[in-house]
Amino acid sequence: MQALLEAFRAALVSLLANRLRSVLTTLGIVIGTASVIAVVSLVQGFSESIKQQLAGLGGSTLTLEAVNTNENILFGKINRITFEDLETLRYRVPGVAAVAPVMIVQTPNISYRDRTVTSEVRASTADYAPVYGRFPVKGRFIASADDQGRRRVAVIGNELVEELNLPDDPLGEYIRIGSEWFRIIGVMEKQGDLLGFSLDNYVVIPFDVGRAINGNQLRPFMQVSFTIDDVDQVDAVRDRAKRAIQTARAGTADDDTFRIQAADSVVKQFEEITRTTTAVVGGVVGISLLVGGIGIMNIMLVSVTERTREIGVLKALGATRRDILVQFLLEAALLALLGGLIGIAIGWGAGALIASLIPGFPPAAVPIWVILGAAGFSALVGVVFGIMPASKAAGLDPIEALRYE
Amino acid sequence: MIAMRGITKRYVMGDQEVRALDGVDVDIKRNEYVALIGASGSGKSTLMNLLGCLDTPTSGSYLLNGRDTATLDDTELARVRNREIGFVFQSFHLLPRMSVLDNVAQPLVYRGTPRGERLKRARESLDRVGLGNRLSHRPNQLSGGQRQRVAVARALVGEPSILLADEPTGNLDTRTSAEIMALFDALHGQGQTVIVVTHEPDIAAHCRRTVRMSDGRIVEDRSNADRVTEHA
Repeated sequence: MQALLEAFRAALVSLLANRLRSVLTTLGIVIGTASVIAVVSLVQGFSESIKQQLAGLGGSTLTLEAVNTNENILFGKINRITFEDLETLRYRVPGVAAVAPVMIVQTPNISYRDRTVTSEVRASTADYAPVYGRFPVKGRFIASADDQGRRRVAVIGNELVEELNLPDDPLGEYIRIGSEWFRIIGVMEKQGDLLGFSLDNYVVIPFDVGRAINGNQLRPFMQVSFTIDDVDQVDAVRDRAKRAIQTARAGTADDDTFRIQAADSVVKQFEEITRTTTAVVGGVVGISLLVGGIGIMNIMLVSVTERTREIGVLKALGATRRDILVQFLLEAALLALLGGLIGIAIGWGAGALIASLIPGFPPAAVPIWVILGAAGFSALVGVVFGIMPASKAAGLDPIEALRYE
Repeated sequence: MIAMRGITKRYVMGDQEVRALDGVDVDIKRNEYVALIGASGSGKSTLMNLLGCLDTPTSGSYLLNGRDTATLDDTELARVRNREIGFVFQSFHLLPRMSVLDNVAQPLVYRGTPRGERLKRARESLDRVGLGNRLSHRPNQLSGGQRQRVAVARALVGEPSILLADEPTGNLDTRTSAEIMALFDALHGQGQTVIVVTHEPDIAAHCRRTVRMSDGRIVEDRSNADRVTEHA
């Protein structure tokens, strides 16, 4: 320990003696580490914010959606979720609680007095609120009676109040969706932004009203979300639903034309993307750290040559091979670690700066394992690339070294 | 303390074998003050390297304080140098980035002496050579004579058996040379064993015994009896 401390002191003295050179030498490591930290902090911040957005959707919500490959679309053979599937799910699968079909209504213009805006109009049932976990802050949500009575009523997203210049209490006001008039019966709670897009710019109308506006198509684009009674039964219910739909569709559809996913599988997908991105970036940056390491090795070799006589003196004074080896190894490791630490600071700053410059981008987040990993890896690069110069220094013959001019 | 028997050292240079030392026998006792002289190429530097355990002989035995050093490996030789030998070089060889005090304390680093103890002993050693007031200077802020004193202090700090000086006055003017030799005389007076390698007769005259080398052999080994009485 004592010897290590001394070697550490000697390494520090020698690095401080050549400040400019030390800093320039570490530049490769600085740039490599800074870029990995910047990119990872952005990716992590992004993934954190997506996770938060989707946090409301728990593992008990499942989604039934059609699967279409590029090939399907090319041949015009497009798979859809049908009203039969909806019925099957609703009535023939034990364990399913609430079922909320969502159909996008293709009339994007919404007007109030002299204002016209574009928004997303979703047609759904009373189950939409419990299934998606979104509830109105004013008024009420669509009720089953609204559906059955084909009432022209609408629940609007928070942002539309402002966009359409509606009064603070918009309940009872009439808006026009396409060519139909709808009475506002509720305003939904605020959800905020995702990647700069507002999540509060939408209208929900009764499912059957939406169907009628869409022209009573037999097979509209539709996605069905549903909840289950018992979270622990999620896999069993999913399999049951799958089999039931396959049975009901018998002879008319392959089993790869639809899929049932848990809502948190989206989160898992994002985590997977984050992991992959982080790994790829890590690999690319690993290469730049190797280049930085070669730079360190180069300078250390120069330094050993320059200090040949000094090494000879130290050996004459009683330094063993090991003493010299440890001193030079520590010097290389310190150099690389220093570069790593500077790089971490710069990368952190750069990530935060970039995140703040892009509107709506979530704040950068640097997980502690990335910092520790980056610092540890740079030090390791220093040690690995320091081995050659250090063993060269340690192996010098003291007589030759003392005579060196 | 030093007993060399049948020491030879051969180098191969190209396809020629050079016999740098060709059968050297020499004994040096505690508190001797020996000048090792000879022309360049006489083998005196090779002998000094062997005496200082910087190198091992091709054949022969070298007992240092009763221990045969001819068979030691690198690490053991380093230990012996650290404990038994105090080197003083012609061009001082101080470490430029360290203070005078740290320079002097450096040999103790390799003994694992704690820093406080090291600096204390370095201070004492600098007092012995009369430089107790220049502790925090850098070597390049000192004159040649002062630098060589620092080097002597460094050589002494580990209380070595032998103070081994290689042309210690080679880079100094006459007056400073005399000061350094006076310092060596004084150290000898305090009981230190001193070996000075030199080609200058004036310097050799300070010593009590002269060993002259030529062609890898000792050709003369005499005591400077007249000087002993003069100094006594």
